[in-house]
Amino acid sequence: MIKRETLFNVSLLLGLLLFVLWAMISDQPFLITLATRASIFALAGIGLNLALGYGGMVSLGHAVFFGIGGYSMGILASHAQSGDPLVIGSLSISGTQTMPVIWLVAIVASGLVALLVGALSLRTSGVYFIMITLAFGQMFYYFAVSWSAYGGEDGLSIYVRNSFPGLNTLLPEQFFAVVFIVLVAVLIFCAVITRSPFGLALNAARQSAERARTVGIQVYRLRLLAFVFSAMITGLAGALFADLNRFVSPTMFNWQTSGEIMIFVILGGVAKLCGPLAGAFVYIALEHVLGGVSDYWHIYLGVLLLLIVLFARGGIVGMLVGKEHAHG
Amino acid sequence: MSIALLIEQLLNGLQFGVMLFLMAAGLTLVFGVMGLINLAHGSLFMVGAFAAAVAAAATGSFLLGLVAALVAAGAAGAIVEVIVMRRLYRRDHLDQVLATFALILIFSEGVRWLFGSFPLFLDIPSALAGTVRLPGGIDYSLYRLTLLAVGVVIAIALYGLIMHTRLGIQVRAGESDREMIAALGVDISRLYTLVFALGAALAGLAGALLGAIQSVQVGMGEPVLILAFVVIVIGGIGSIKGAFVGALLVGLTDTLGGLFLPPVFALFMENSAAAAAGSALASMSIYLLMALVLIIRPSGLFGEQ
Repeated sequence: MIKRETLFNVSLLLGLLLFVLWAMISDQPFLITLATRASIFALAGIGLNLALGYGGMVSLGHAVFFGIGGYSMGILASHAQSGDPLVIGSLSISGTQTMPVIWLVAIVASGLVALLVGALSLRTSGVYFIMITLAFGQMFYYFAVSWSAYGGEDGLSIYVRNSFPGLNTLLPEQFFAVVFIVLVAVLIFCAVITRSPFGLALNAARQSAERARTVGIQVYRLRLLAFVFSAMITGLAGALFADLNRFVSPTMFNWQTSGEIMIFVILGGVAKLCGPLAGAFVYIALEHVLGGVSDYWHIYLGVLLLLIVLFARGGIVGMLVGKEHAHG
Repeated sequence: MSIALLIEQLLNGLQFGVMLFLMAAGLTLVFGVMGLINLAHGSLFMVGAFAAAVAAAATGSFLLGLVAALVAAGAAGAIVEVIVMRRLYRRDHLDQVLATFALILIFSEGVRWLFGSFPLFLDIPSALAGTVRLPGGIDYSLYRLTLLAVGVVIAIALYGLIMHTRLGIQVRAGESDREMIAALGVDISRLYTLVFALGAALAGLAGALLGAIQSVQVGMGEPVLILAFVVIVIGGIGSIKGAFVGALLVGLTDTLGGLFLPPVFALFMENSAAAAAGSALASMSIYLLMALVLIIRPSGLFGEQ
């Protein structure tokens, strides 16, 4: 028998495809871009969900990885654009505008930074963990603001969207297709990883670190690894987001970005595979609809969020598919 | 670098530190007593600054502005506590972070809706304008010196309140065992509202005092909020003494980092590159300090291990 959550996940993805198909038929490229934006935000949320939902690590600093992904794209593409190689010490690297290469760089860079940030942050727990991840986010934010070589506070514009072999990524539907395939691939990766012995051990450590230690699980290393995976996914989302806007700025590192990514996860449902997907879609839809009603739509968003936290625990997925897997 | 500049920067650092303490005191009390992590504390800072700017513009009196800031922020704190916060005390930190993040959205957009996006201005009272000559022939802003004095006086008063009054004893008892003091007949929900409103009023006061040397605008609370978090994490969450020491450390690191780091970097870099990297490091130095403290003492300088 197919579980209700699986059914929900499949219909969510099919719904996304149908929406874009409809937008293509009725010739509304703007809506395709909107769907792409929502999918990229969802991807960032899926990354955070791995740390926050499955690993119990409440990181308020995932903007670090979103930003690193964005700047990986910005730096590589700006060097390709200007023709000057990127010089690090005696090493000279030419820039690139090929997406897969940029993605790889974004993933590796986010992973390495996450290894460092995670190794330090995971020495603490609870509120201290929330605060130290927040502080790392600000550290990177201020660094980006004062890094004048890459635009400083004003950010960095890339004039042509990066290319993917065999595709014309300037067409909204083709870029959406790229993002959608990445999204599905990452979802499959997460589904596999959370069911693997690694994922089960991570879950055990979240429920009780002490018990997990007693049965011989190395909690610190386990969490660090999950944190790195989580950062890599959010970093990839950052690179795609930069490509969508053809622009990167320190705002990507801002702590409000971390807060928004967290909203996608919690709005959708913590530790649900497609929770961030549902959360990001609802968020973007609200932004689109409420933004048309009032310039001050953040007030309504705030009230809605408050009501969800206070009265509807488990998020959208929790409400729709019941509490099969719910945990407190 | 002259000695005068160094002393001026030291004073700036201390002055910034005591203002951070006003913010951090409320945060650390609320966390210590209620176990609540409140991201919306910066919004109360903003409420205080706006109330002061509006009241001072209407009455022409800076002092009345300060009173308005205390009252407005304290009242906003009490209302928020009764409507939202008390439902969150028993929740996990994730719910608290999200709910108070939602409150920031409501407060920020609400203030933007009322006052628009343009900054308001709050003038330094004429009696405190200008500079004062310190021993050693240094001219220093009288207003900033007053801020430093006010901050120190409030810190001492708060210490007295916590250590030597009935309310303080209840607060400290609440930190160690909330069930027990409720069983002993203390009205715990009234105590919580009171502590929250006190913290809010201090944040509002800091907003009003700092509002006179920066512009009063939406979003002014968040940078200070994050620094206040750094302060309480360095000091150890729940510790007033830790908050005071942490606040001075952060204040001094912030101003002295901006002073010392660029010349240090100029030793092995080109001058312009050093200025850029140095100023980047100066704003990062606070967070480096925090990371360093947490690596050595994962629950802060005065936190319980």
